[in-house]
Amino acid sequence: MRAAVVTFPGSNCDRDLAVAMERVFGRPVRRLWHGETELPADLDLVGLPGGFTYGDYLRPGAIAARSPIVREIVRFARRGGLVLGICNGFQILTEAGLLPGALVRNRRLLFVCRSVRLRVETTDSPFTRAFPQGAEITVPVAHHDGNYLADAGTLARLEDEGRIAFRYLDNPNGSARDIAGILGEGRNVLGMMPHPERVCDPRLGGTDGVPLFRSLLEAVAGGGS
Amino acid sequence: MRARVEIRFRPGVLDPEAAAIARALGHLGFAGVRGVRRAKVLEIDLATEDADAARAEVERMCEVLLANPVIETYRIELLDRG
Repeated sequence: MRAAVVTFPGSNCDRDLAVAMERVFGRPVRRLWHGETELPADLDLVGLPGGFTYGDYLRPGAIAARSPIVREIVRFARRGGLVLGICNGFQILTEAGLLPGALVRNRRLLFVCRSVRLRVETTDSPFTRAFPQGAEITVPVAHHDGNYLADAGTLARLEDEGRIAFRYLDNPNGSARDIAGILGEGRNVLGMMPHPERVCDPRLGGTDGVPLFRSLLEAVAGGGS
Repeated sequence: MRARVEIRFRPGVLDPEAAAIARALGHLGFAGVRGVRRAKVLEIDLATEDADAARAEVERMCEVLLANPVIETYRIELLDRG
Protein backbone atom coordinates (compact mmCIF):
# COMPACT_ATOMS: atom_id res chain seq x y z
CA MET A 1 0.00 0.00 0.00
CA ARG A 2 1.46 3.31 -1.13
CA ALA A 3 -0.48 6.12 0.48
CA ALA A 4 -0.09 9.87 0.76
CA VAL A 5 -1.75 12.61 2.81
CA VAL A 6 -1.97 16.18 1.51
CA THR A 7 -1.39 19.19 3.75
CA PHE A 8 -2.92 22.53 2.78
CA PRO A 9 -2.55 25.80 4.67
CA GLY A 10 -5.14 25.33 7.42
CA SER A 11 -5.23 21.51 7.41
CA ASN A 12 -5.22 20.26 10.99
CA CYS A 13 -5.95 16.53 10.84
CA ASP A 14 -3.21 15.66 8.36
CA ARG A 15 -0.86 14.15 10.93
CA ASP A 16 -3.68 12.21 12.64
CA LEU A 17 -4.69 10.74 9.29
CA ALA A 18 -1.13 9.80 8.36
CA VAL A 19 -0.56 8.17 11.78
CA ALA A 20 -3.78 6.14 11.56
CA MET A 21 -2.88 4.99 8.04
CA GLU A 22 0.69 4.08 8.97
CA ARG A 23 -0.49 2.05 11.92
CA VAL A 24 -2.91 -0.05 9.84
CA PHE A 25 -0.88 -0.16 6.63
CA GLY A 26 2.36 -0.95 8.45
CA ARG A 27 4.44 1.33 6.29
CA PRO A 28 5.24 5.02 5.98
CA VAL A 29 2.74 7.41 4.41
CA ARG A 30 4.02 10.12 2.06
CA ARG A 31 3.24 13.69 3.09
CA LEU A 32 2.45 16.02 0.19
CA TRP A 33 2.33 19.81 0.24
CA HIS A 34 -0.57 21.52 -1.54
CA GLY A 35 1.68 23.41 -3.95
CA GLU A 36 3.06 20.25 -5.55
CA THR A 37 2.04 19.85 -9.13
CA GLU A 38 2.59 16.12 -9.45
CA LEU A 39 1.65 13.08 -7.41
CA PRO A 40 4.19 10.33 -6.83
CA ALA A 41 3.84 7.96 -9.79
CA ASP A 42 3.21 4.73 -7.88
CA LEU A 43 0.48 5.90 -5.50
CA ASP A 44 -2.53 3.74 -4.49
CA LEU A 45 -4.32 6.13 -2.13
CA VAL A 46 -4.48 9.87 -1.42
CA GLY A 47 -6.02 11.24 1.77
CA LEU A 48 -7.43 14.75 2.05
CA PRO A 49 -7.54 15.57 5.77
CA GLY A 50 -9.82 17.70 7.92
CA GLY A 51 -9.14 21.31 8.80
CA PHE A 52 -10.09 24.76 7.58
CA THR A 53 -8.12 25.13 4.39
CA TYR A 54 -7.45 28.76 3.48
CA GLY A 55 -9.66 29.73 6.42
CA ASP A 56 -12.64 28.26 4.54
CA TYR A 57 -12.90 31.69 2.89
CA LEU A 58 -15.54 31.99 0.16
CA ARG A 59 -16.91 28.47 0.86
CA PRO A 60 -15.45 25.55 2.84
CA GLY A 61 -12.91 23.76 0.66
CA ALA A 62 -13.48 26.07 -2.31
CA ILE A 63 -10.01 27.52 -2.59
CA ALA A 64 -8.19 24.25 -1.79
CA ALA A 65 -10.26 22.54 -4.51
CA ARG A 66 -8.62 24.84 -7.10
CA SER A 67 -5.05 24.19 -5.98
CA PRO A 68 -2.60 22.48 -8.35
CA ILE A 69 -2.42 19.27 -6.35
CA VAL A 70 -6.20 18.82 -6.34
CA ARG A 71 -6.23 19.05 -10.13
CA GLU A 72 -3.76 16.16 -10.09
CA ILE A 73 -5.89 14.27 -7.57
CA VAL A 74 -8.93 14.64 -9.84
CA ARG A 75 -6.92 13.05 -12.68
CA PHE A 76 -5.65 10.34 -10.31
CA ALA A 77 -9.24 9.54 -9.27
CA ARG A 78 -10.43 9.45 -12.89
CA ARG A 79 -7.75 6.83 -13.57
CA GLY A 80 -9.18 4.73 -10.72
CA GLY A 81 -6.88 5.85 -7.87
CA LEU A 82 -8.31 5.72 -4.35
CA VAL A 83 -9.16 9.07 -2.76
CA LEU A 84 -10.39 9.52 0.81
CA GLY A 85 -11.65 12.96 1.88
CA ILE A 86 -12.51 13.46 5.53
CA CYS A 87 -14.42 16.49 6.84
CA ASN A 88 -12.81 19.45 5.05
CA GLY A 89 -11.46 16.83 2.63
CA PHE A 90 -15.06 15.86 1.80
CA GLN A 91 -15.89 19.54 1.23
CA ILE A 92 -12.88 19.83 -1.09
CA LEU A 93 -14.01 16.76 -3.08
CA THR A 94 -17.50 18.20 -3.66
CA GLU A 95 -16.02 21.59 -4.60
CA ALA A 96 -13.64 19.86 -7.01
CA GLY A 97 -16.55 18.04 -8.65
CA LEU A 98 -15.29 14.55 -7.74
CA LEU A 99 -18.37 14.01 -5.59
CA PRO A 100 -21.87 15.39 -6.26
CA GLY A 101 -23.77 17.80 -4.01
CA ALA A 102 -22.47 20.34 -1.50
CA LEU A 103 -21.89 20.74 2.24
CA VAL A 104 -23.56 23.79 3.77
CA ARG A 105 -23.92 25.32 7.22
CA ASN A 106 -25.30 22.96 9.90
CA ARG A 107 -29.07 23.23 10.17
CA ARG A 108 -28.97 24.56 13.74
CA LEU A 109 -26.00 26.83 12.97
CA LEU A 110 -23.86 25.33 15.73
CA PHE A 111 -20.40 23.88 15.34
CA VAL A 112 -20.93 20.22 16.26
CA CYS A 113 -18.07 18.46 18.05
CA ARG A 114 -19.01 15.08 19.50
CA SER A 115 -19.13 11.38 18.78
CA VAL A 116 -22.00 10.23 16.59
CA ARG A 117 -23.43 6.83 15.72
CA LEU A 118 -23.18 5.80 12.08
CA ARG A 119 -24.47 2.87 10.10
CA VAL A 120 -22.28 1.40 7.38
CA GLU A 121 -24.72 1.34 4.48
CA THR A 122 -22.67 -0.62 1.97
CA THR A 123 -19.73 -2.99 2.20
CA ASP A 124 -19.37 -2.89 -1.57
CA SER A 125 -16.47 -0.45 -1.72
CA PRO A 126 -12.71 -0.45 -1.12
CA PHE A 127 -13.39 1.74 1.95
CA THR A 128 -16.01 -0.39 3.68
CA ARG A 129 -15.44 -4.04 2.67
CA ALA A 130 -13.94 -5.00 6.05
CA PHE A 131 -17.00 -3.82 8.02
CA PRO A 132 -19.72 -6.34 8.85
CA GLN A 133 -22.85 -5.70 6.76
CA GLY A 134 -25.01 -3.04 8.49
CA ALA A 135 -22.38 -2.36 11.16
CA GLU A 136 -23.10 0.47 13.58
CA ILE A 137 -20.04 2.42 14.65
CA THR A 138 -19.19 5.44 16.82
CA VAL A 139 -17.05 8.11 15.19
CA PRO A 140 -16.43 11.76 16.14
CA VAL A 141 -17.58 14.71 14.06
CA ALA A 142 -16.21 18.25 14.37
CA HIS A 143 -17.63 20.64 11.81
CA HIS A 144 -19.69 23.74 11.12
CA ASP A 145 -20.60 22.93 7.52
CA GLY A 146 -21.52 19.27 7.33
CA ASN A 147 -25.09 19.57 6.12
CA TYR A 148 -25.07 17.53 2.92
CA LEU A 149 -27.32 18.80 0.19
CA ALA A 150 -28.03 17.67 -3.36
CA ASP A 151 -30.96 17.87 -5.76
CA ALA A 152 -33.63 15.16 -5.63
CA GLY A 153 -32.30 13.40 -8.73
CA THR A 154 -28.78 13.15 -7.30
CA LEU A 155 -30.06 11.84 -3.97
CA ALA A 156 -32.16 9.22 -5.72
CA ARG A 157 -29.18 8.14 -7.82
CA LEU A 158 -26.94 7.86 -4.74
CA GLU A 159 -29.55 5.63 -3.10
CA ASP A 160 -30.17 3.51 -6.21
CA GLU A 161 -26.48 2.96 -6.88
CA GLY A 162 -25.71 2.14 -3.23
CA ARG A 163 -23.32 5.07 -3.00
CA ILE A 164 -24.35 6.24 0.46
CA ALA A 165 -21.50 4.74 2.47
CA PHE A 166 -22.40 6.00 5.95
CA ARG A 167 -25.59 7.37 7.47
CA TYR A 168 -26.09 9.14 10.79
CA LEU A 169 -28.34 7.34 13.25
CA ASP A 170 -28.90 10.67 15.00
CA ASN A 171 -28.41 13.37 12.37
CA PRO A 172 -26.27 16.14 13.93
CA ASN A 173 -26.34 18.70 11.11
CA GLY A 174 -29.48 18.44 8.98
CA SER A 175 -27.88 16.39 6.18
CA ALA A 176 -30.24 15.18 3.46
CA ARG A 177 -31.26 11.56 4.07
CA ASP A 178 -28.94 11.47 7.11
CA ILE A 179 -25.95 11.23 4.77
CA ALA A 180 -22.56 11.15 6.53
CA GLY A 181 -20.46 9.86 3.63
CA ILE A 182 -20.82 9.09 -0.07
CA LEU A 183 -18.96 7.24 -2.78
CA GLY A 184 -18.08 8.59 -6.20
CA GLU A 185 -19.41 7.03 -9.37
CA GLY A 186 -16.49 4.59 -9.66
CA ARG A 187 -16.65 3.75 -5.90
CA ASN A 188 -12.94 4.68 -5.63
CA VAL A 189 -13.62 8.08 -4.02
CA LEU A 190 -15.12 8.44 -0.54
CA GLY A 191 -16.05 11.68 1.19
CA MET A 192 -17.25 11.64 4.78
CA MET A 193 -17.75 14.25 7.51
CA PRO A 194 -16.96 12.03 10.54
CA HIS A 195 -13.33 11.38 11.47
CA PRO A 196 -12.43 7.65 11.32
CA GLU A 197 -8.75 8.50 11.91
CA ARG A 198 -9.66 9.67 15.42
CA VAL A 199 -10.94 6.24 16.45
CA CYS A 200 -8.01 4.03 15.57
CA ASP A 201 -6.45 3.70 19.01
CA PRO A 202 -8.24 2.32 22.10
CA ARG A 203 -6.35 4.85 24.26
CA LEU A 204 -8.07 7.64 22.34
CA GLY A 205 -11.58 6.34 22.81
CA GLY A 206 -12.23 3.64 20.25
CA THR A 207 -11.19 1.61 17.27
CA ASP A 208 -14.32 1.81 15.11
CA GLY A 209 -12.35 3.58 12.37
CA VAL A 210 -9.82 0.78 11.90
CA PRO A 211 -11.92 -1.36 9.50
CA LEU A 212 -12.04 1.56 7.04
CA PHE A 213 -8.25 1.56 6.73
CA ARG A 214 -8.14 -2.24 6.80
CA SER A 215 -10.62 -2.24 3.91
CA LEU A 216 -8.26 -0.08 1.88
CA LEU A 217 -5.32 -2.32 2.66
CA GLU A 218 -7.28 -5.43 1.60
CA ALA A 219 -8.58 -3.72 -1.53
CA VAL A 220 -5.10 -2.73 -2.67
CA ALA A 221 -3.57 -6.09 -1.73
CA GLY A 222 -6.40 -7.93 -3.48
CA GLY A 223 -6.35 -5.66 -6.54
CA GLY A 224 -9.70 -3.84 -6.71
CA SER A 225 -12.71 -3.79 -4.45
CA MET B 1 -13.75 49.19 -14.56
CA ARG B 2 -15.47 47.67 -11.55
CA ALA B 3 -17.82 44.72 -11.44
CA ARG B 4 -20.29 43.92 -8.72
CA VAL B 5 -21.07 40.23 -8.27
CA GLU B 6 -23.99 39.15 -6.16
CA ILE B 7 -23.96 35.49 -5.13
CA ARG B 8 -26.94 33.95 -3.39
CA PHE B 9 -28.35 30.56 -2.57
CA ARG B 10 -30.59 28.99 -5.16
CA PRO B 11 -34.28 29.05 -4.28
CA GLY B 12 -35.01 26.00 -2.18
CA VAL B 13 -31.61 25.85 -0.47
CA LEU B 14 -32.32 26.41 3.19
CA ASP B 15 -30.19 29.22 4.63
CA PRO B 16 -30.24 28.81 8.42
CA GLU B 17 -28.40 32.12 8.95
CA ALA B 18 -31.06 34.05 7.05
CA ALA B 19 -33.73 32.21 9.02
CA ALA B 20 -32.00 33.21 12.29
CA ILE B 21 -31.92 36.85 11.16
CA ALA B 22 -35.62 36.71 10.30
CA ARG B 23 -36.39 35.27 13.75
CA ALA B 24 -34.29 37.95 15.47
CA LEU B 25 -36.21 40.67 13.63
CA GLY B 26 -39.43 39.06 14.81
CA HIS B 27 -38.20 39.05 18.42
CA LEU B 28 -37.41 42.78 18.09
CA GLY B 29 -41.00 43.51 17.21
CA PHE B 30 -40.78 43.69 13.41
CA ALA B 31 -43.91 41.65 12.98
CA GLY B 32 -44.18 42.13 9.22
CA VAL B 33 -41.05 40.22 8.17
CA ARG B 34 -42.09 37.38 5.89
CA GLY B 35 -38.62 36.18 5.08
CA VAL B 36 -34.99 37.17 4.72
CA ARG B 37 -32.57 36.18 1.99
CA ARG B 38 -28.86 36.67 2.29
CA ALA B 39 -26.37 37.31 -0.49
CA LYS B 40 -22.64 37.82 -0.80
CA VAL B 41 -21.47 40.87 -2.72
CA LEU B 42 -18.03 41.10 -4.25
CA GLU B 43 -16.77 44.25 -5.92
CA ILE B 44 -13.97 43.46 -8.31
CA ASP B 45 -11.62 46.08 -9.64
CA LEU B 46 -10.56 45.25 -13.19
CA ALA B 47 -7.80 46.62 -15.37
CA THR B 48 -9.91 46.58 -18.52
CA GLU B 49 -12.22 49.42 -19.62
CA ASP B 50 -14.00 47.22 -22.14
CA ALA B 51 -17.43 46.29 -20.77
CA ASP B 52 -17.79 43.11 -22.84
CA ALA B 53 -14.35 41.86 -21.89
CA ALA B 54 -15.00 42.70 -18.24
CA ARG B 55 -18.28 40.84 -18.20
CA ALA B 56 -16.78 37.79 -19.90
CA GLU B 57 -13.86 37.76 -17.47
CA VAL B 58 -16.07 38.02 -14.38
CA GLU B 59 -18.42 35.39 -15.80
CA ARG B 60 -15.47 33.03 -15.98
CA MET B 61 -14.41 33.91 -12.42
CA CYS B 62 -17.89 32.96 -11.24
CA GLU B 63 -17.76 29.65 -13.06
CA VAL B 64 -14.25 28.76 -11.95
CA LEU B 65 -14.35 29.87 -8.31
CA LEU B 66 -16.75 32.50 -7.05
CA ALA B 67 -20.04 30.58 -7.14
CA ASN B 68 -20.85 26.93 -6.57
CA PRO B 69 -23.55 26.10 -9.13
CA VAL B 70 -24.88 23.27 -6.97
CA ILE B 71 -26.13 25.71 -4.34
CA GLU B 72 -25.67 29.24 -5.67
CA THR B 73 -26.63 31.59 -8.46
CA TYR B 74 -24.85 34.81 -9.36
CA ARG B 75 -25.59 38.13 -11.00
CA ILE B 76 -22.97 40.42 -12.50
CA GLU B 77 -23.34 44.17 -12.75
CA LEU B 78 -20.74 46.48 -14.26
CA LEU B 79 -20.25 49.73 -12.37
CA ASP B 80 -19.20 53.08 -13.70
CA ARG B 81 -15.79 54.22 -12.62
CA GLY B 82 -15.57 55.92 -9.26
